[in-house]
Amino acid sequence: MKFVDEFRDPAAARALVKSINDLAAGGEFKFMEVCGGHTHTIYRHGIEHLLPESVELVHGPGCPVCVIPMGRVDDAMWLAEQPGTIFTTFGDMMRVPGSAGNLIEAKARGADVRFVYSPLDALKIAVENPDRHVVFFAVGFETTAPSTAVTLVRARALRLTNFSVFCNHVTIVPPIKAILESPDLRLSGFIGPGHVSTVVGLRPYRFVPEVYGKPMVVAGFEPLDILASVHMLLQQIREGRCEVENQYTRVVRPEGNTQALKLMAETFELRPHFEWRGLGFISQSALKIHHDYGEYDAELTFQMPGVRVADPKACQCGEVLKGVIKPWECKVFGTACTPETPIGTCMVSPEGACAAYYNFGRLHRETALVLGQRG
Amino acid sequence: MCLGIPGQVVDIVDAEQSLAKVDVNGVRRTISARLLTDDNLKVGDWVLVHVGFAMAKIDEREAAMTLDQVQKMGADYVNEIEAFTASEIS
Repeated sequence: MKFVDEFRDPAAARALVKSINDLAAGGEFKFMEVCGGHTHTIYRHGIEHLLPESVELVHGPGCPVCVIPMGRVDDAMWLAEQPGTIFTTFGDMMRVPGSAGNLIEAKARGADVRFVYSPLDALKIAVENPDRHVVFFAVGFETTAPSTAVTLVRARALRLTNFSVFCNHVTIVPPIKAILESPDLRLSGFIGPGHVSTVVGLRPYRFVPEVYGKPMVVAGFEPLDILASVHMLLQQIREGRCEVENQYTRVVRPEGNTQALKLMAETFELRPHFEWRGLGFISQSALKIHHDYGEYDAELTFQMPGVRVADPKACQCGEVLKGVIKPWECKVFGTACTPETPIGTCMVSPEGACAAYYNFGRLHRETALVLGQRG
Repeated sequence: MCLGIPGQVVDIVDAEQSLAKVDVNGVRRTISARLLTDDNLKVGDWVLVHVGFAMAKIDEREAAMTLDQVQKMGADYVNEIEAFTASEIS
């Protein structure tokens, strides 16, 4: 596949790893990747095992599915169970557990829950079913919010009256700030989100070097992209530089996507605060539908329960999301909590650190431990 | 969710509605190019596709430069190995 295969070349990866070894020698570096897609790539291609021990990768709260609190999932299920509604959602939200099961179980009980690839598919369902009310479960960072924005504009152009959006879009800067403010972590730098940056550009991250003195490199999603970004971070540190750099230049422009930002400003407003699973309430970290598009806001159309539900006591998703513990350090990892029977969202979403590690990382690690014991 | 995949534009389906047909690894689908109205999309262009939308044009020159940069980052080691292989110390 073009633009994919070339960025997975093993020979180039080996050479890059050797250079990283040299740059990192004698130091101790902790880099956090914020984006769930990066966590997935790292585990899937065994990147942590290629890196020297002096470089540790810490997984941050960049999975927009993982950070949705149980109460909001319960609200989604409530919407799905309203008579006459068709509840549409991205696939990854289907198995996220609320306090009374998940959307797939609601579907099994008779709710009309449909998986969609795009919000535009949800719109089509609304057009084709004028006697039913279609709700779209909008989830995602700034990567996905523009798509919801275009869909809202289109809904208005079509004069639809049977469509609404349950908006759970979150923004990337506040959690990064929360991580930097957290006393738990001593990070050396950040691997910045790739696709969010195609929308927001590079400027929003300036506070990371300027206020907190940490370097950031915005990275692509292939193994060579991640390795190159680690190299660039180490190079910055060695040279005494501290700035935001762009490794993903083939799609990220410094100014971002102006059309997307304009549409988002028209159709969304910032919520004063929003609860993030594991991180608590963060101010100005999430979007709601703009009052100008109020007729498409599910939270206005419906009287939703809006109950706040605490995470199960056994669940340590919060600590995993902040990078304080690794997936295998969670007490219920792989035992009570597996992809088939997930307790928390880190295990449900394919981009959650626990799911990624469960699916790709365990064998490497267990093999490494066994080999280590053999001496 | 952050999944963005490269696709090549094979048809401008409806310029006014900003709909384009892209080919992703042999599979062809119509997507929205509404977010790239400033980019003057043409058949043959490569775009990053996410939830049915073209998010950005893929700059082929930048892609080549990135690969080049990756090679250079690893070059020191590769050069060293080549030099070592070529040595004939006796």
